[in-house]
Amino acid sequence: MMAAPTLSPRWIDGWVLASIAVALAGFVVGLSWIPGVAAGVFPTVSWSWVGGLGVEFAFRIDGLSLLFVLLITGIGVFVLAYAAAYAEKPGKRRRLCLLLFAFMLAMLGLVTADDLITLFVFWEATTVISYLLIGFDHEKASARRSALQGLLVTGAGGLAMLAGLVLLGAEAGTFRLSELPAALADTDLSDLTLSLILILLGCFTKSAQFPFHFWLPNAMAAPTPVSAYLHSATMVKAGIYLLARVHPIYAEHELWFPVLTVFGAVTAVWASIQSLRQTDLKLMLAHTTVMALGTLTMFLGSSSPVAVAAASTFILVHALYKSTLFLMVGVIDKRTGTRDRRLLSGLRAALPLTAVAAFTGAFSMAGFPPFLGFIGKELKYEGALAIAEEPGMVIVAAVAANAMMVAVALVVSVRTFLGRPSDTDAGVAPPNLMVMVPLLLGLCGLIFGLAPSLIGQTIVVPAATSILGIPAEIKLALWHGVNVPLILSVVTVLLGIGVYFALDRLTAVMDRIGARFPISGDRIYDVVLKATLDGAGRMTTAIQGGRLTVYTGLSFAVVGLVLYVGALGDDPAVWSAIRLESLMPWEIASLALMAVGAALAIAARRRLTALCGLAAVGVGTTLVFLMHGAVDVAVTQFMVEALIVVFVAAVIPKIPPFESVRRTAPQRWLRGTLAAFVGLGATLALLRLAPPVDRTVTSFYEQASVPEAFGRNVVNVILVDFRALDTLGEVAVVVVAALGAFALLRGRRVSRRPE
Amino acid sequence: MEPYLAVAIGLVVAAAVYLMTDRHMVRMLFGVALLGTAVNLVVFVSGDVLQGLPPLIASDAAAPDGEVANALPQALVLTAIVIGFGLFSFALALVFKTAQRFGTADIDQLGAAEPMKTDGPANGSRPTDGAEQERAA
Repeated sequence: MMAAPTLSPRWIDGWVLASIAVALAGFVVGLSWIPGVAAGVFPTVSWSWVGGLGVEFAFRIDGLSLLFVLLITGIGVFVLAYAAAYAEKPGKRRRLCLLLFAFMLAMLGLVTADDLITLFVFWEATTVISYLLIGFDHEKASARRSALQGLLVTGAGGLAMLAGLVLLGAEAGTFRLSELPAALADTDLSDLTLSLILILLGCFTKSAQFPFHFWLPNAMAAPTPVSAYLHSATMVKAGIYLLARVHPIYAEHELWFPVLTVFGAVTAVWASIQSLRQTDLKLMLAHTTVMALGTLTMFLGSSSPVAVAAASTFILVHALYKSTLFLMVGVIDKRTGTRDRRLLSGLRAALPLTAVAAFTGAFSMAGFPPFLGFIGKELKYEGALAIAEEPGMVIVAAVAANAMMVAVALVVSVRTFLGRPSDTDAGVAPPNLMVMVPLLLGLCGLIFGLAPSLIGQTIVVPAATSILGIPAEIKLALWHGVNVPLILSVVTVLLGIGVYFALDRLTAVMDRIGARFPISGDRIYDVVLKATLDGAGRMTTAIQGGRLTVYTGLSFAVVGLVLYVGALGDDPAVWSAIRLESLMPWEIASLALMAVGAALAIAARRRLTALCGLAAVGVGTTLVFLMHGAVDVAVTQFMVEALIVVFVAAVIPKIPPFESVRRTAPQRWLRGTLAAFVGLGATLALLRLAPPVDRTVTSFYEQASVPEAFGRNVVNVILVDFRALDTLGEVAVVVVAALGAFALLRGRRVSRRPE
Repeated sequence: MEPYLAVAIGLVVAAAVYLMTDRHMVRMLFGVALLGTAVNLVVFVSGDVLQGLPPLIASDAAAPDGEVANALPQALVLTAIVIGFGLFSFALALVFKTAQRFGTADIDQLGAAEPMKTDGPANGSRPTDGAEQERAA
């Protein structure tokens, strides 16, 4: 049996009330801007942010921004109040309300930003906060997956968009959105193609256009108030907002019209078909949201004033009815414990007020007079007829999508609330506040429908004017006389009713067809994500597998590449003259010693032979030092080589021989190739190394050696006098190394000592 | 610079790379030594090697007479040779000790501190829970 009403008195939480109050204040401020904005006075404020790059923290309210500000704050107030009643536990309630509030602020920043980079920052903020909101029920794996999916899809689009925005700003020479159209007036539009494509990627992912539509229905894992807010008025409309915002810049671009029209139309029709297949009311509504976004994209593709006006009206219409319906479904869910349309019927007795909300919302969605949706739909048809290039395709898409909307509207209203009461009574009585919110929103749709002048000249016309850049002439009215849009409306309603009655047969057919096409965006997302993670894992295993030889080899390969970049740079080659004929005998001797030594060191099978090779290279080096006037260096090198030979010869019998480590032929070939590559690179780079050398420092030492340090060997004076501290450090290094080696070797003897 | 030195240094570098990518610790160590020698030579010859006279000052002069070899890279290389020798000796002691303790000179056998990754399931992948998702799209 039904439990007692559960609205805890503790819902009055300071944080929740404060966020509602701020949202309400924002709404009132937005209202106060209406007369000014309608008259063309746009409030603007800006602070310098990255001055050197011309990036500003700038905000500006024009008609388009104001439409969104009013939607975000107005629906925000309702959703916050609903959320306060929806969440049962105080902790969850506070988290939900504050996240929604943070999201509202991010959206407000996004729609009022007048700087491309500022806009992007708020755009990303909405992405991140929506991740937290979609994954609100983080105990559920499906919620976490949906949240991550939304984040990755919209985040990837956002990155593409950032590149597009930067390209656009660089091309225009300004990042101020309000200055862009004028700054780009003389630009060849084909120079903007890349930025257009990148920005469209951002908009299409955010606004769930085909083929990126799949994340939005999955995001229904979120609690109902979140879905209602994100998917009616805010998050998904951000892409539409940006499309409208850049409309004056790109509308004349040859790609703009076909891309937006085709993707919008495909999205609208595809999503409305999908929505009919759903059995979950919330998922049905989610797909109709995708359909609405497709319609908006389709209309924004056109530059016709009527089509743009239709889009700006529909933004408002859709936000109102969709939030009503989402919140209404939340009430049903709470009351009955299910959202399955096959189980629900006859709820009018149990939820009379919610029934009223459902009918107002659904009839607005279906476009029945006298609801606001009717005006919106008439305008859409008028707009479709006004799109000169492709009226046929746009009208067919609009009528087909709208007819299916009618069917969906009938499902969520007539089928759910009329008829024989179902015995679904598993839930609890919803708090009164939860019932009132959708009712009020639904009644707004009715009031605006009856008195369209309330929103016409005040909100919709300024918004359309902002998009078009020229004053728009639109008149919102219920009755335009008998004309083509009205006839189309009648056709739509009849078709919709037909679809409604044939729904069960249609869904059966669609399920059969759907089963034959297992490819969906969702699956592709899974495959891509898995391939990315596996690829990253394999990459890590390959290059960081814990094998020292691989690390060393990769490091050398990179060093080799750098050497070639240096050797084959694009400045004119200054190769040193190769003078084979004039090679001195000692030059030939040192070259031969080093070549033979290197060959011995790598090819020797016995440890002592390899050591001899090492020593030969050392002797060859000594010879080079000696013959080039570096007597001290030559002596040091020779003594060091001798000591190395002694040390190695002393320990080498106790170390396993070379044969103890097996090396395959392919490994040797690979290492040989790498060695030749790096060695050749070193030779080429060195050949490019050309005098003259700056001898300023050397001259100082030469002049100061006798008068200041009383030494006649300049090298010695540098080491023990001018740079004595360096030499002290060097001595310390050798001592520490000796102590370390001593401790290591002595430790062995200690461990072997018998107890 | 002197082409014969460029060729010689290239050969030593190639030998060093080949040896340093070997799995036998002693050969790796030889590679390190050869690479140090090559780098010392590069530093030395970058200071202009055409003059053959050592940078010495005659007893009756206050400065070197005429063109002499560049003293600065010589001083730097001298320091580097000694430091390299310290490094080599300590590394040799480590190699020796390691070979004694583990009975092998193969560095791939010395993986206790950082076990080698095998070709199993990749690191970051996790089972997808797409199946439990409601049929969508």
